[in-house]
Amino acid sequence: MTDKMKIIEVKQSVFADNDADAEKLRKELKSEKTFLLNLMSAPGSGKTTTLVQTINRLEKDLKIGVMEADIDSDVDAYTIAEKTNAKSIQLHTGGMCHLDADMTRQGVKELDTKDLDLAILENVGNLVCPAEFDTGASMNVCILSVPEGDDKPLKYPLMFTICDAMIINKIDVCDYFDFDMEKVREYAYKRNPNLKIFPISAKTGEGVDEWCNWLKEKVTEWNK
Amino acid sequence: MHELGIIVHVAKTLKHVALQENVSKIGSVTLEIGEVSGIVESYLTDCWEYYRKKDELIEDSKLIIEKIEAVTYCDDCEKTYPTVQYGRQCPYCKGYNTWLAVGNECNIKEIEAC
Repeated sequence: MTDKMKIIEVKQSVFADNDADAEKLRKELKSEKTFLLNLMSAPGSGKTTTLVQTINRLEKDLKIGVMEADIDSDVDAYTIAEKTNAKSIQLHTGGMCHLDADMTRQGVKELDTKDLDLAILENVGNLVCPAEFDTGASMNVCILSVPEGDDKPLKYPLMFTICDAMIINKIDVCDYFDFDMEKVREYAYKRNPNLKIFPISAKTGEGVDEWCNWLKEKVTEWNK
Repeated sequence: MHELGIIVHVAKTLKHVALQENVSKIGSVTLEIGEVSGIVESYLTDCWEYYRKKDELIEDSKLIIEKIEAVTYCDDCEKTYPTVQYGRQCPYCKGYNTWLAVGNECNIKEIEAC
């Protein structure tokens, strides 16, 4: 009776194998002195523009590479290649709304991060799913842009809980939107009291230096 | 729509389990899904129906979902309350010093296999 079904207790989180893969990748990157930044946000918050500004400020001190993850197209990788000197590659998620540790590992391999100080993963534009999957990054950062509204930390709590820092982008258009800077801080701190908050305008460059200095400090600390 | 990603990870975990337990056919998989895990049950089932056909181990396998009710604990008044009804604010003391005790699970509970 070899084909008789038996019940096997598994009792394991679905995310357990991804978490283990992520931890392994994080350790490997740490030992080769590469800092991996996982950048997340909703579509259209200005991730790529923020990256261009960030890379152009940091590239004299750090060797930087970028992985652009999207469901399709390679417009973001082109923008990075055109406007910065950083190495950039495009990852396609095959319809998936997020990257997991295994997909990130494939990207890291393709980008060849060995000689890089800072590898940046621009995750799929989405405030929900990417937060569920640990990519193996050294740090998670999200961007919230002014037109999206100050209530987003309430609506997408997990994203703001797992991030080390939040960039508030497009502050140059604050006057045209009902965006309350104090409220957004209050909502975000409610989710995550340790969150670092950087109000910037990637377009005008306002506030970008402060964010870049902080990031550089974190990268240097990690790669020591 | 991270349901497909979840199913991919379920399938991956089951491969490990099958090797360990020396089984080659899985008849059913029981998942425990928390009420506030953000997972949409019908999407999860659809993704399962699509994905199971790609993998011999699970191609005839049924997906069984057990819901876990979400419960929040209040640090200030040391009571628990149903999360879905009251959210983050404690219905007893109106405070926000609360945290989710259960309800965010996404576990593989058990499988039937041979």
